[in-house]
Amino acid sequence: MISQVPFEHGLILAGALFALGLIGVMVRRNIIFILLSIEVMLNASGLAFVVSGSRWGQPDGQIMFIFILAMAAAEVSVGLALVIRLYHLYQSLDADRASRMRG
Amino acid sequence: MNAPFYIAAVVAFLSTFMVVTRRNAVHALLYLVVSLLSVALVFFLLGAPFVAALEVIIYAGAIMVLFVFVIMMLNIGRQTAEQEREWLNPEIWLGPAVLTLVLAGELIYVLSRMHGRAYALSVVSPKQVGIALLGPYVLGVELASMLLLAGLVGAFHLGRREGTGGERRP
Amino acid sequence: MRTLLWLIPALPFAGFFVLAVFGARLREKGVAAIGAGSVGVSAVLAILAGISFITSPPPGGSWTQTLWTWIGVDGFRPAIAFYLDALSLVMTLVVTFVGFLIHLYATEFMSDDEGYSRFFAYMNLFVGSMLTLVLADNLLLLYLGWEGVGLCSYLLIGFWYKDPANGSAAMKAFIVTRIGDAAMAVGLFLIFMNLGTLNIQEIMQKASHTWPRGSGLAVAAAALLLGGALGKSAQLPLQTWLPDAMAGPTPVSALIHAATMVTAGVYLIARTNVLFLLAPPVQAAVAIIGAATLLLAGFSALTQRDIKRVLAYSTISQIGYMFLALGVGAWSAAIFHFMTHAFFKALLFLGAGAVILAMEHEHDMFRMGGLRKELPVTFWTFLIGSASLSALPLVTAGFYSKDLILWYSWSSENGSPWLWAAGLAGALLTSIYTFRMVFLTFFGERKKEAGRRPGRVMTIPLVALAVLSVIGGFAELPRTLGNMPVFSEFVNTVLPPVKAAGEAQSAEAAMQVVTSFVSLAGVYVAYLLFLRKRRYVEGLAATRTGRALHRLWFSGWAFDWVYDRALVQPFFWIARINRDDFVDLFYDGIAWYNGFFHGALSLTQSGKVRWYAMGIALGTVIMVGIAVVLL
Repeated sequence: MISQVPFEHGLILAGALFALGLIGVMVRRNIIFILLSIEVMLNASGLAFVVSGSRWGQPDGQIMFIFILAMAAAEVSVGLALVIRLYHLYQSLDADRASRMRG
Repeated sequence: MNAPFYIAAVVAFLSTFMVVTRRNAVHALLYLVVSLLSVALVFFLLGAPFVAALEVIIYAGAIMVLFVFVIMMLNIGRQTAEQEREWLNPEIWLGPAVLTLVLAGELIYVLSRMHGRAYALSVVSPKQVGIALLGPYVLGVELASMLLLAGLVGAFHLGRREGTGGERRP
Repeated sequence: MRTLLWLIPALPFAGFFVLAVFGARLREKGVAAIGAGSVGVSAVLAILAGISFITSPPPGGSWTQTLWTWIGVDGFRPAIAFYLDALSLVMTLVVTFVGFLIHLYATEFMSDDEGYSRFFAYMNLFVGSMLTLVLADNLLLLYLGWEGVGLCSYLLIGFWYKDPANGSAAMKAFIVTRIGDAAMAVGLFLIFMNLGTLNIQEIMQKASHTWPRGSGLAVAAAALLLGGALGKSAQLPLQTWLPDAMAGPTPVSALIHAATMVTAGVYLIARTNVLFLLAPPVQAAVAIIGAATLLLAGFSALTQRDIKRVLAYSTISQIGYMFLALGVGAWSAAIFHFMTHAFFKALLFLGAGAVILAMEHEHDMFRMGGLRKELPVTFWTFLIGSASLSALPLVTAGFYSKDLILWYSWSSENGSPWLWAAGLAGALLTSIYTFRMVFLTFFGERKKEAGRRPGRVMTIPLVALAVLSVIGGFAELPRTLGNMPVFSEFVNTVLPPVKAAGEAQSAEAAMQVVTSFVSLAGVYVAYLLFLRKRRYVEGLAATRTGRALHRLWFSGWAFDWVYDRALVQPFFWIARINRDDFVDLFYDGIAWYNGFFHGALSLTQSGKVRWYAMGIALGTVIMVGIAVVLL
């Protein structure tokens, strides 16, 4: 069940998902949503790799996706731990509250 | 034969849109699962069954469960959703949306200048992926394992509460 | 004996180091023993060196002891080397011997001063530096000694530093002499640039080969060296510092500001005589400056009330005589007058110090009087010194040296009746102001009880110097009086002889009679005006011109006022205008822009993660945009 999709359409889908994730990171103030948006962006970049890999029938794209997956797992575990700490610190999930490093 | 891809793509796009716009975290999470599943379908259609399986198991499975646990722990309820309503006014949306649309427009412009020609896709089997992964990319695997270890240690360190998790009491 | 030459300057330096490091822990006796002893041993060594120099003269009339090479840079190799010839021997003997007597005097004079060891440390440093200056075989080492004595002069003028006036007098001396020293440094550069050496003997040889008589470079080099000499020797127009330098302790005034340091300029000109012979206009200027200075300082000395300031102006005036002698080419006469002047002026200062001590630090002569009976030894020695300063005929050293200068200012090739007349007028002024001082201090009615009498240690130097002030002159008997020019024959092994126009012996005799008469007349005038008929001088001072002249002379011809208006005030004015240094505007501008951009950029550092994400996104948009446009 192999589809005959133009390579560019896959990439456009990846770009669109990435753009949505980016909007989410910039717009949302809730840290949970920011993390979710980051997941979306990582997933979109992984999709771009897989699309490119399948264009030439090579496994490298999928391997890059696996690495991204590993990275995303590590990132989420640390990120969520930070969320918990932040919530204990500020009693809030507002990312803008954690701005002690402003210049 | 291309219909499944486009349907999956539209589903992925719409559900991701819902992820970004929801006020309730659990709802957003569910939409994200949908989005990830549809991307997994796209992977399958593009001839990458191995990563499609990984997408379902790890992304839609393991990572999302982590989110669920955290949301449950923090007990985010109606109150937070109300707050989200305040935070999500159109003025906040406008700037980032324009910026991102410009970016997306640029991408699409670049891609559209390529020749939109369909070509035959071939399945890249899990065996091929495995051989490549533990052959030329073995160093990357080692690095990824170290990264995961660091993530593990970091999450443990950050996640424990002061005075309860460690041996040292401040 | 000659191999010990280096010890002569080294001993005072050693004394300085010992006193500087351990002085605070030593008792007064120990400090005195080290301070005066080191100079005393130097004096003994210098006498021994002089005896061996005279009994077995070295070939060429000079002897060099090279210790080590100071610097070696591309052909420039000044050595730490001492050069002994007749000229430097005379200077060394005077510096060590008079220096020792003054140190001895100071051991008592300075007793109970809290800075006792500091005083002797500075004094030893001074003697060491002065000997370095005198014995140096190259101009760089000479310059080191030159600056060393300048430093000691500064330190000792401001010795009682708790009074700010002393500090500013010290700074004045330092800064004014620095003007001359800067000129001298430039002169050294010029000489090295053109002759490629700073060794004095090499300079003398090369200069007469390279530079024709009267050439521009020779004139420039001589003029720049003269600038240094003018500053150090307090000659016109840099003489203003010396009267203020009397703020230091009296032994300092005797040693530094009368006997030795201020005559360094005379020594420098005599040492580099070839350069001055190659530059006739500069040599003429030396004579004219000398004549002008001796007159101006003489008039100023007439009006001073402070006994030490009288002596200070007198010193300026007497050095003016030495410059006059140098200017007319009577080199040996200048050095001879330097020697006798060192004796009698040191004596006068030490005597004045004894008087001041007895009067409980009263300097004003008009509040003294009648001390003849109270301080007999001081009186008699002071009288001998005054007689020598006034050049009373036949029995005083000052007569022989000053007479020689006056005679040559008339008869030598460069001499002129005008210079002679100036010198003669100066001689009259000298005896008037000297005996004015004597009469005001020691004669008349007693106005104040004498307190502390000078003890034995202070008396010995007074007597020794008084003896020298009498017999010092017999080293050179003129043609008319025995014709035994021992001193000039000795010194002329180094210095060129006087180019006399060959006047008759009878003319010289006539001149001596005139000079003797003038100095005696001066004494009589002083007797008349200041002892017998005080109302004359008071009436004279009461007239309008008299008052104006008195004020002008009292202030030292208003040089300080002129310099203040011409140099100091404009400087302050510019400093006031430029308080916010306009060069700083540029740097302040840089600082301001940095601050501004810092403020602007720190606004972006909001601490909000979403802003950073936005920044990244914006950057990406721009980068991709550029890529899209370029593709």
